Amino acid sequence: MRAGQVINTLLLKEFVSAFFLAMRYFFGAKPTINYPFEKGAVSPRFRGEHALRRYPNGEERCIACKLCEAICPAQAITIEAGPRQNDGTRRTVRYDIDMVKCIYCGFCQEACPVDAIVEGPNFEFATETREELYFSKEKLLSNGDRWEREIAANLSADAPYR
Amino acid sequence: MDFFLSALDYLLGIPFLGWGEQIGFVYKGLALLVGLLIFTAFILLADRKIWAAVQMRRGPNVVGPFGLLQSFADLLKFVFKEVVIPAGSDKVLFLLAPLITATLALAGWAVIPVDNGWAMANINVGILYLLGISSLGVYGVIIGGWASNSKYPFLGALRSAAQMVSYEVSIGLVIITVLLCVGSLNLNDIVVAQSEMGLAHALGVPWLSFLNWFWLPLFPMFVVFYISALAETNRPPFDMVEGESELVAGFMTEYSATPYLLFMLGEYIAILLMCAMTTILFLGGWAAPIDLPPFTWIPGVIWFFIKVSLVFFMIAMAKAIVPRYRYDQLMRIGWKLFLPLSLIMVVIVAFVLQLTGWGWHGGIA
Repeated sequence: MRAGQVINTLLLKEFVSAFFLAMRYFFGAKPTINYPFEKGAVSPRFRGEHALRRYPNGEERCIACKLCEAICPAQAITIEAGPRQNDGTRRTVRYDIDMVKCIYCGFCQEACPVDAIVEGPNFEFATETREELYFSKEKLLSNGDRWEREIAANLSADAPYR
Repeated sequence: MDFFLSALDYLLGIPFLGWGEQIGFVYKGLALLVGLLIFTAFILLADRKIWAAVQMRRGPNVVGPFGLLQSFADLLKFVFKEVVIPAGSDKVLFLLAPLITATLALAGWAVIPVDNGWAMANINVGILYLLGISSLGVYGVIIGGWASNSKYPFLGALRSAAQMVSYEVSIGLVIITVLLCVGSLNLNDIVVAQSEMGLAHALGVPWLSFLNWFWLPLFPMFVVFYISALAETNRPPFDMVEGESELVAGFMTEYSATPYLLFMLGEYIAILLMCAMTTILFLGGWAAPIDLPPFTWIPGVIWFFIKVSLVFFMIAMAKAIVPRYRYDQLMRIGWKLFLPLSLIMVVIVAFVLQLTGWGWHGGIA
């Protein structure tokens, strides 16, 4: 036993076997996702960048009920409501989300009776200044226009479990 | 004007007027320097890539195709960053230390024969010169650690002093066993001797020249040299000097920008120097592994750098697969295992050579 141990030590048995193990990993497939070029799968329930949606006819969904503003635990949402100029319907005059305050809990999405405010699948909206993270109504609506297809697909995929 | 040009000619050896005496010397030196620095840049990348591959990562892959230009990007980054010199440091020594490390590491390459006779200086005590240069390397580390006037660098420097001196001893004895077989301290002779005697000649298959080389008859010494080379150049698993988990970056903690770059460069060139020494002492230097046409067509320089790269690959793998040693374990291996082992081998080899009349008899000495 003792002699065997000495021989193993002198011949670097463990080093050699570790070397061959390492070579197996060396040529093995790498689990790294090559991020900017490859992206990981995102669940339909993923809560990313906010968006305000529209109906298929182009009418904005939001009716300024302020439920999202009320439920927001971080008080990141600020809404001012008023009658719209052309038809007098109740709409938001101002709909701001402070993305710095937002904790991405998804309560606004849950509270919304008309599926207007949603959290889309986009998570790449880093900005160079802090000001750019104070999203206005225009910004949120344009997010909705840009991501509508993905958002609609995610909502329908998740619908059976709600 | 003529005087000025001839003075330049004299100083640089570049023939502005006539063909200077040292012309070949300067061009050889430049070729070696440039080649070596470019090789080092890719070796640095290879080190990171190999480490990454074993850990199933990708490693640097953004700058250039497959990240090939990463080292050059790093070079630019280091050069353009601000040199921070700590207020309490000894400024002269602080800036001198990286220079010492880099210069000494480069100076070692002056005697390395990359092909038959292709050494900057083919001196008869080449191996002694190498031993001296690699021993002096510890000064860069100690001075850098001391001049930083900070706790972690100082601890790192103290560790390196003990570590490098300990392994110097066993490296010396390993070299002695090789010298006993060769009978010459000339690096060129050491390589030539390996192709002119050895196991392949004894077996009657002289074209299998890789059996000739000293790694086979002196295998224990080969292993001892490889491990000592790791310790001597502060490579993992013996990187107590840097030991980032406890000493931040050891003696390099206070360094930034170009001085840091010089330390890194010096470290990697010293590693390559150790790889080159391994190649010359045990792996037959520039000789082709099989002495038959398809292999002998490839020039010796290429073989030399292939062998250096292979030895470096093993050193990089050691970094990837061996956990760091504790300091007392490091000292135990150095003094209680390698020193007696190499001493005994010196005696055994001397006996065998004396009794069998083996050894190389074509040298100058």
